Amino acid sequence: MESADIPALPRGVRLHRDRVRDTWVLLAPERAITLDIVGHAILSEVDGARSFAEITGALAERFNAPIEQIQKDSAGFLEALRNRRFLDVVS
Amino acid sequence: MSTPAPIAMLAELTHRCPLSCPYCSNPVEMARQEAELDTATWARVFREAADLGVLQLHLSGGEPASRRDLTELVRAAREAGLYTNLITSGIGLTERRLSELNTAGLDHIQLSLQGTNPEMADEIGGYNGGFKRKMQVAAWIGDIGFPLTLNAVLHRRNLHQLPRALEMAEEMGARRIEVATVQFHGWALKNRDALMPTREQAQEATRIVQEARIHLKGRLVIDYVPADYHEDYPKRCMGGWGTSGLNVAPDGIVLPCHAAQSIPHLTFDTVTEASLHDIWYEGAAFNAYRGTDWMAEPCQSCERKTVDFGGCRCQAMAIVGDAAATDPVCVKSPHHAALQTQANTHAAQEDAPLVYRQMPGKLGQPAQ
Repeated sequence: MESADIPALPRGVRLHRDRVRDTWVLLAPERAITLDIVGHAILSEVDGARSFAEITGALAERFNAPIEQIQKDSAGFLEALRNRRFLDVVS
Repeated sequence: MSTPAPIAMLAELTHRCPLSCPYCSNPVEMARQEAELDTATWARVFREAADLGVLQLHLSGGEPASRRDLTELVRAAREAGLYTNLITSGIGLTERRLSELNTAGLDHIQLSLQGTNPEMADEIGGYNGGFKRKMQVAAWIGDIGFPLTLNAVLHRRNLHQLPRALEMAEEMGARRIEVATVQFHGWALKNRDALMPTREQAQEATRIVQEARIHLKGRLVIDYVPADYHEDYPKRCMGGWGTSGLNVAPDGIVLPCHAAQSIPHLTFDTVTEASLHDIWYEGAAFNAYRGTDWMAEPCQSCERKTVDFGGCRCQAMAIVGDAAATDPVCVKSPHHAALQTQANTHAAQEDAPLVYRQMPGKLGQPAQ
């Protein structure tokens, strides 16, 4: 994931509040992925407009965490979603 | 072990279908149209499912497009908060109907593929012009922008078309393809001689899938259901009985899996007589093979018992005559060698004719 890359959730992939299990999930075609706090925080910033650099910058500020660590974690998480076609990336 | 809430529900809206695929997963005794649940009852079931914890709703059949109220059902499911997946052959969908489904909030379409050319597809589906129509529907799906999974159903007659099916998925803009070798339940049990892949075909399919997963990474996701008669370990059927999914038949009978009615001693509840919540947690059929306590040897002491839960109960019933037995696909089953021999015998019946599925309402023949 490069700094200028713009991640976006494609049609058919959406965040959903699972009220029965009291957690956030990512709903995708024939799949439901339980999100932890970090995963939900990252995807909440993905809006199809802002770049990876802007998203991770916002997260670093919000969690008062080192940007390098945030970028590493976010890139791994988003790449895994991308490989499953749950995330589009516009370069 | 406490019972988890279900994640997925398969709603078999109807057993009616314009196709008559010989591997149909519907039971041999099908529900008649007049026994089908009405719109309001399905809408209530969808709300009960969401309250129970279901996230994914699969609208299936038969052919779900044979229901005239399909758009209303999708709208009701979305209002209940469910992710809606339409499992269809495409027959019965018009451009206008797809547009209405789009407005109603349909999330995803899974389009079945009986073959990669008209000759194969129309023979297997038993429906002239079906392939041409399906290609038109696929184009409309692409125009609207529905997320698409292509579901290629493969068997001895069409396994050689797997490479072309992978190409077609990409051409249609599908993000995902399900490479589904026929599983022998329901009508398919009548067609093992006609459809059983050879061992060589099964191995070749596995090889093609492994290579394609590498070179299509990030472009096309491949879900693979292998020819399990030729495997050494059984499928993790339903993710464990009564663990993650449930099935509602057209007449409202609630099943732990689509073939569960093939287990004769089980009794089932219906949505018109009990809540989905009570059926899931208290229903006799759901508790029959839940967890691991019901297992005998070799499953009970096996390190894989929570990996595959002993495989498929319906397959154990159909082949060994005991639904609590180890799935005979498993190398640890005393019936494993006999099953592999049986598979090879089925696969050698080169001239076996296709036995087409009949429409509901006609008298079914018992499975062999």
